[in-house]
Amino acid sequence: MNLPALVLQLLLLLLLAPLVSGVIKNWKAKLQNRRGPRPWQVYFDLAKFLRKDMVISEHASWVFSFAPYVVFLTALLTGLMVPMVHTPAPLSLYGGVLAVVGLLALGRFFLALGGLDPASAFGGMGSSREMTLSAIAEPALMLAIFTVAITAKSTDLSQIALSTQSATGKLLNPAHVLAFAAMFVVLLAETGRIPVDNPATHLELTMIHEAMLLEYSGRHLAFMEWGASIKQLVLMTLFLNVFFPVGLAGPGAGAGALGLSLLAFLAKLLALSAAVVVVETTNAKLRLFRAPDLLSAAFVLATLALLSTFLFH
Amino acid sequence: MNAFPATLLIFALGAYVAGIAGALLFQRAERLANGIGFGLAAVGGFCGVLACASALATGAVTASQSFELFPSLIPFVRFSIHADALGCFFGMIVSLLGWALSIYSLGYARGYYGRKNVGVFGAGFNLLLLATTLVFLADHALFFLIAWEIMALTAYSLVSFEHEQEETRNAGVLFFVMSHLGTGCLILGFLLLFQASGSYGFDSFHALGNTLPAGRRNVVFLLFLIGFGVKAGMVPLHIWLPAAHPVAPSNVSALMSGVIVKTGIYGLTRVGFDFLGTPPNWWGVTVLTIGTISAVLGVLYALMEHDLKRLLAYHSIENIGIILMGLGAALMFRHSGHPVLASLALIAGLYHTLNHAVFKALLFLGAGAVLHATHTRNMEDMGGLAKRMRWTALFFLVGAVAISALPPLNGFVSEWLTYQSLLQGFGTTTRLIRLMFPLSGAMLALTGALAAACFVKAFGITFLAQPRSNPARHAHEAPFPMLLGQGILTAACVFLGLFPTLFLKLFDPLTQQLTGQQLSQQLTTANGLVLSGGGAQGGTVSTLGITLMLLCLLPVPLGLWLLFARRSRTRIAPTWDCGLRGLTPQMEYTATGFSKPLRMIFKALFRPRREVQREYDFSPYFATTLRFESHVEEVFQTRIYRPLRWLVLRASRRTRALQAGSIQAYLIYIFVTLLALLLFAL
Repeated sequence: MNLPALVLQLLLLLLLAPLVSGVIKNWKAKLQNRRGPRPWQVYFDLAKFLRKDMVISEHASWVFSFAPYVVFLTALLTGLMVPMVHTPAPLSLYGGVLAVVGLLALGRFFLALGGLDPASAFGGMGSSREMTLSAIAEPALMLAIFTVAITAKSTDLSQIALSTQSATGKLLNPAHVLAFAAMFVVLLAETGRIPVDNPATHLELTMIHEAMLLEYSGRHLAFMEWGASIKQLVLMTLFLNVFFPVGLAGPGAGAGALGLSLLAFLAKLLALSAAVVVVETTNAKLRLFRAPDLLSAAFVLATLALLSTFLFH
Repeated sequence: MNAFPATLLIFALGAYVAGIAGALLFQRAERLANGIGFGLAAVGGFCGVLACASALATGAVTASQSFELFPSLIPFVRFSIHADALGCFFGMIVSLLGWALSIYSLGYARGYYGRKNVGVFGAGFNLLLLATTLVFLADHALFFLIAWEIMALTAYSLVSFEHEQEETRNAGVLFFVMSHLGTGCLILGFLLLFQASGSYGFDSFHALGNTLPAGRRNVVFLLFLIGFGVKAGMVPLHIWLPAAHPVAPSNVSALMSGVIVKTGIYGLTRVGFDFLGTPPNWWGVTVLTIGTISAVLGVLYALMEHDLKRLLAYHSIENIGIILMGLGAALMFRHSGHPVLASLALIAGLYHTLNHAVFKALLFLGAGAVLHATHTRNMEDMGGLAKRMRWTALFFLVGAVAISALPPLNGFVSEWLTYQSLLQGFGTTTRLIRLMFPLSGAMLALTGALAAACFVKAFGITFLAQPRSNPARHAHEAPFPMLLGQGILTAACVFLGLFPTLFLKLFDPLTQQLTGQQLSQQLTTANGLVLSGGGAQGGTVSTLGITLMLLCLLPVPLGLWLLFARRSRTRIAPTWDCGLRGLTPQMEYTATGFSKPLRMIFKALFRPRREVQREYDFSPYFATTLRFESHVEEVFQTRIYRPLRWLVLRASRRTRALQAGSIQAYLIYIFVTLLALLLFAL
């Protein structure tokens, strides 16, 4: 294990994640002819939440207070397993894609329990919807990743990135393109974006993620929000560096190469954020029971991707 | 086998026998019968675990010999047992559960004082453990069938233990009928094998399949698949399982879901990998397909349940499906000549067998403790138990995380191995494998995510938020032995999850016996701390590393807390009630409501039906009474079993004409039969 790399990636995760959320919020406002909050407003929000007193529901048990830490820590840990500016990722050995998906599911499990615990109907509604949609999204996610994992003959994310990098033209392989598309849909769903969920809403009947957080306050809320933005960054990194590892520094790269790789990563991240902003602005949120159609479409895309690996292998 | 484990194993069997005798002898004195019956069962279980685990760990099983338990007076039958690696592995599972469940039962059986005969209960429990252990160890087809029957009959009597309720009696009968349907197939299968080998000894069946003609071999396989499949509860032979497991006393439910269902898996492994030789491809395809369907349907039906124990029973079907996926993949690899991959898939399936036994038993014990405290199995009447039953809630939560295949617990490890074996199939050249395996993997992902949804519901509705009924409000923690039993299994879940690399060594003699490979070296890297998918390019995972890293990262949030929130205070206040006069339990989300989105999404399968009756005086918006009913159709009952039952009943009604009660007619039947036989003999 490479300790400096680990600490650097940890800092990058902690600091970059809120900024990505802020940038998306800001650009979205711009695109909708509003001024919007400054991109770094999210940092101030988090600091404010951390300082605030907490109100905990009288009905809640220890699970309620335990959940924010699980959400936050699992998101951080998965971030260390995904290659961000160089391969292999710091904790590559401890788990590949299956562990990443598993740990994110562990965070979601406790998030949903935290939603149910204060006995409010909103929380239960949010938990139920979150678990339902993620259950539908998971096979598509897995199948998309399997498609690239099969080509790389490994479930190790760094190996997959290396394998995609090694063969030029692989990026234009039909299997890869289809899996890429499927993964983008899943990314929108898993990060709670329009058309599946609306991060800006607090309207009872439409919210999913926010409904589970309604009873959280103070530092618990801060960890929940921060965890969610780290999870978003992790999924975006997974999407960018596993499916599109352009500019990613390889093993044993020098400081200059690492710097370039970081720049490439930031550029890709901003481009992806812009794509998310465009999708969020040009689409309306789907009704809850239409969202599975979208996710099934992602599953079908991923299946086609798999079939085309079969054909072109 | 060297002397020590063998003696210990015999001692364990002896303890069960003594437990039967002791419990029956002292049945008048309930406390004594409870202590002797379940105490001896616990001793037996503990010795059994020690014996089997040490035999597997030291590799002593490879040298073990078949020996006769006691001389037989019946021709053809030999009461011989052989603790080979496969038998020992399953023997370890039954003993581990026997140990933990017996300790739990010491507390659980107190609930029957003054109501029921605890002595008979204890004796039955011991007999069930004894028979199940013998099923795994028997080395002779007829002895196996005798043990199998004793197991089925004892299980039937224990399922019907609370026979005062009609539901229990019906479930018992269904179990009885289905179980014997399976046994019938097994008897036929063994007879066909006997015909080929001329002996009932298991050693004479070894790799017999390679010499059988293809048609007969396929018939034998199908007979065993149905026979063992009924016991395993695979779809579509599963319908008895969600009926029978919930109505049994909870310790028996745990034993049935944890171990007795696994006798089917044991049988399939024994037959598929030991008796029938190199399989044709369609066997593996069939098993993998059935496994995938069982896994998805099991978890989908589980989601629709709000009876806590029925929910757990449906999850057994799901997990049997996951195990069958491993076994099916192993069969397919065996066919295509990949012994290493076959071993990996086999290890995945069998490791999941062990893990499922542990966490499912744990969850049933938790459900038993909840039932003990609230006297209901209906989740809609529970809630708030995490504050009232702290330990039970913690243990149940661990079990829920484990069964949802979330890291770092044991369910994750075995599903990870299953994924690895499915994905590595792509390296082979067989087209069917390359297409089927990733799709099965995606279905496994769906199963895992749905299981997580189901256990958020099961734990959240049962243990969190406000109590929904008076019994739940006044619930109390279970007595100490019940907690201890759950604690042992919780520790096992954690241990099997964090140190899988230690347990892989136990599989070496097993895979050596069945596929001629030893994989534990290949599957561990980094000084045995990291689990590897095998080969240079397979993935790696370390549940121990994940856990340690989570602990190492803990200073991050704690540091932020110290840095920013040192002066913040915490207030306990009511949940926001939208300005109403306080939240009532009626306003909480229900289990039915929680699974409603999935009911809608999969409505083609569930065919949900709901009835709403509303009475009002002047305006439909101000109803005076409201009745709501919601149903889900159980497709297999209505589409397959109900027509089948109707056919059987009609056929029996027709045949009844033969049995007219007139002696003359019967004499004619005898005469005609005699003539027919004579003609046949000519």
